[in-house]
Amino acid sequence: MRREDTSEEAAFRAEVRGWLEDNAELRSDQPAKALDHSPEAETVAWERMKVWQRKKFDGGWAAITWPVEYGGRGGTPIESMIFNEEQSKFDVPVGFIAASLGMIGPALMRFGTDDQKKYLKTMLRGDEVWCQLFSEPEAGSDLAAVRTRGEVVGDELVINGQKVWTTSAQYADKGFIVLRTNPDVPKHKGISFALIDMKQPGIEVRPLVTMRGDRHFNEVFLSDVRTPLDHVVNGIDNGWPVTTFVLMNEGAFIGTTVQTRTTATAMIEMAKDSGRLEESLVRQRLGETYARERVLGLLQARLKAALLDGRMPDVDGSVLKILTAEWGHERSEMAVWLQGAAGLLAGSDAPMHGIWQDQALSRGANSVGGGTLEVHRNGLGERALGLPREPRFDRDMPFRDLKTSG
Amino acid sequence: MALELPDFNLSEERAEFRDTLRRYFEEHASITEVRRVMESSLGISEALWKGTSEDLGLAGIAIAEEYGGQGFGLTELALALAEVGRSLAPIPLFASAGLAARVVQAVADESARGEWLKPIAEGRAATLAWVEEDGRWDPAAVAMIAEGEGDTRRLSGAKHVVLDAGHAERIFVIARDPGSAGEEGLGLFAVEAGSVGLAIEEQETLDLTRPLSTIRFSTVEAHRVGAADVDVLRAGLDEATALLVAEMVGGMGMILETAVGYASERHQFSRAIGSFQAIKHKCADLLIDYEAARTASNGAITAFEEGDPERVILGAVGKSFVGPAYVKMTVENMQIQGGVGYTWEYDAHLYYRRALGSNGILGDAAAHQEYLAKKVAEIAANLPVEGRGN
Repeated sequence: MRREDTSEEAAFRAEVRGWLEDNAELRSDQPAKALDHSPEAETVAWERMKVWQRKKFDGGWAAITWPVEYGGRGGTPIESMIFNEEQSKFDVPVGFIAASLGMIGPALMRFGTDDQKKYLKTMLRGDEVWCQLFSEPEAGSDLAAVRTRGEVVGDELVINGQKVWTTSAQYADKGFIVLRTNPDVPKHKGISFALIDMKQPGIEVRPLVTMRGDRHFNEVFLSDVRTPLDHVVNGIDNGWPVTTFVLMNEGAFIGTTVQTRTTATAMIEMAKDSGRLEESLVRQRLGETYARERVLGLLQARLKAALLDGRMPDVDGSVLKILTAEWGHERSEMAVWLQGAAGLLAGSDAPMHGIWQDQALSRGANSVGGGTLEVHRNGLGERALGLPREPRFDRDMPFRDLKTSG
Repeated sequence: MALELPDFNLSEERAEFRDTLRRYFEEHASITEVRRVMESSLGISEALWKGTSEDLGLAGIAIAEEYGGQGFGLTELALALAEVGRSLAPIPLFASAGLAARVVQAVADESARGEWLKPIAEGRAATLAWVEEDGRWDPAAVAMIAEGEGDTRRLSGAKHVVLDAGHAERIFVIARDPGSAGEEGLGLFAVEAGSVGLAIEEQETLDLTRPLSTIRFSTVEAHRVGAADVDVLRAGLDEATALLVAEMVGGMGMILETAVGYASERHQFSRAIGSFQAIKHKCADLLIDYEAARTASNGAITAFEEGDPERVILGAVGKSFVGPAYVKMTVENMQIQGGVGYTWEYDAHLYYRRALGSNGILGDAAAHQEYLAKKVAEIAANLPVEGRGN
């Protein structure tokens, strides 16, 4: 339950609205066509994103809450919220740039040197696209098990290894990478966090096709990739605090994705049009879906209220993350079921250009992306409830002596 | 182990009020006392009810001062009910203050309100009888006729699942004018306990901590509180629904603490069982359900307090989500405690029973879900929907 704008907020909203109207088109409630996941379409979408980012930067809207010295607006969280609310009504591309800004931006502000902070402005302007090189084939939930080596040679780090699940690596100009710089000490103590140039020899990007058919994720192979030592954030072997800081931001970012077309209300209207709302079981399941959506909305409002009052969040972000994922999955599968025989189709042949099928096939994004739901449940058990950890054998042993599956 | 979860949307005064109540019930409504009263014939502690009414003023906490109450709002009543739900304190706070008083408040004319509300505020417990043989919670389903005309009538027939009736000094009854049907001709009538022709039959109940009765009327004299538009009756019952949700959430908090406490202390294989993911994840799910439920409850109570146009929807959202979630939590709590969780001696089953019972009162989850689906479709198409979830 959003309270009314104050007069200052209303004035800010009007200013935002005016700028958006001058620079973008309102979005329609119905998808105009099916989502196209071909590499060509994604390249076009990516260019659109960069253009929009640049427009926002020039207009002074690229990062409402960032300090002015980093290219931000120096505004308040509520102004940021107002901008996002208004922006969501317009047909503009918001996606991976926002994601990388949300992850590496705050980390550089917190841990970066003055030179490293110079990247903040180019990032905001959309000149440089960043990607996150974290997971590896042998380091998923256990990210501190990364093996990609970083060796200090002169005033450079020389990097060799493999990363995976790297979103948008094929479009990225820069990357932030988690490396093993010392295998002779316990795992968390030999990790470094570095900034690298993605457009250099030795970097090979191979797209991974998800079950939905998109190619957002990549494998990235690194052979003798180089970066200056002054591009290491927070010092050699001291990258784990930066890494966990980024992960916390990532969880918050992924848990708050807003769906505007795939709502319970849209499902109820769909069932009404098809006549299935006459079925008692359908009404009950839709009512349950609607109730969950409202409960989630109230939880989000609770988090927002804390943010706006400048308080620590009074509900753990993992609660929202898990509910968003699990209820979202059930909702999209139910929508497909509601469509009956037509629900067996996809893309432009399916109702609403297959938007529900597309969402059903995107489930990994919320179940695994930003930490698996199981890792989040561990976090709730240990962090919020104070339950003891599992016994661990990997905390104090040197990294090179640890057992791995590969 | 004391689990400290942050409060939200709670002023310092309200948090203090809540803490005072918690201490009071810990002292006066220990689970030993709850069990003693539960096995007594009345099922309610007259001494505790007297204490909570006189020492704490709970009976009239949300009744206006001009009608003899404390003049606080639904939020304070909801906080008090949550403490009752948490402790299972054997007092008729929900039946009297949460149900009967809310419906009377909705139905009675301003001039007559004091007459009916003042005794309730003083701790003379009341309850509401409306459900009949068919088990429907919607007042439009009421068939009982209030014979005669004017303010004095005669009631005959039976009312079922009447909450905490054995202790009530006054029973408010929903009945209808002769010749009326459906949503027309409904009224609220007051019957004094001990009236000639009135028989209260205490039932054996699944939920051992909330007495339910069948009441038989044989030309019992009744006084009309007011003719009641069906929407007015429903509005009172909608408030009661949100308050029942708040009561349930209090029990959920207790379940979360109990389960996490047990998982932290119980050792098997030389480890606290809460260190095993199988148990840890169950506990995480308890937290998720509890956080979602108390947020939903808070949203509904605030909406009623503020007269939010979405209050009925948010009340139904609360009931449809919280009912099944409470049942699920009590089931997981029993499972986490293993064999002892299923014994008579352990208290887990008292909450399981309470959850099943509360889930079924004032419309179950399915009924509220049906209402929500119809209501959202109506809003989308601008058509009226009849009835409510309850």
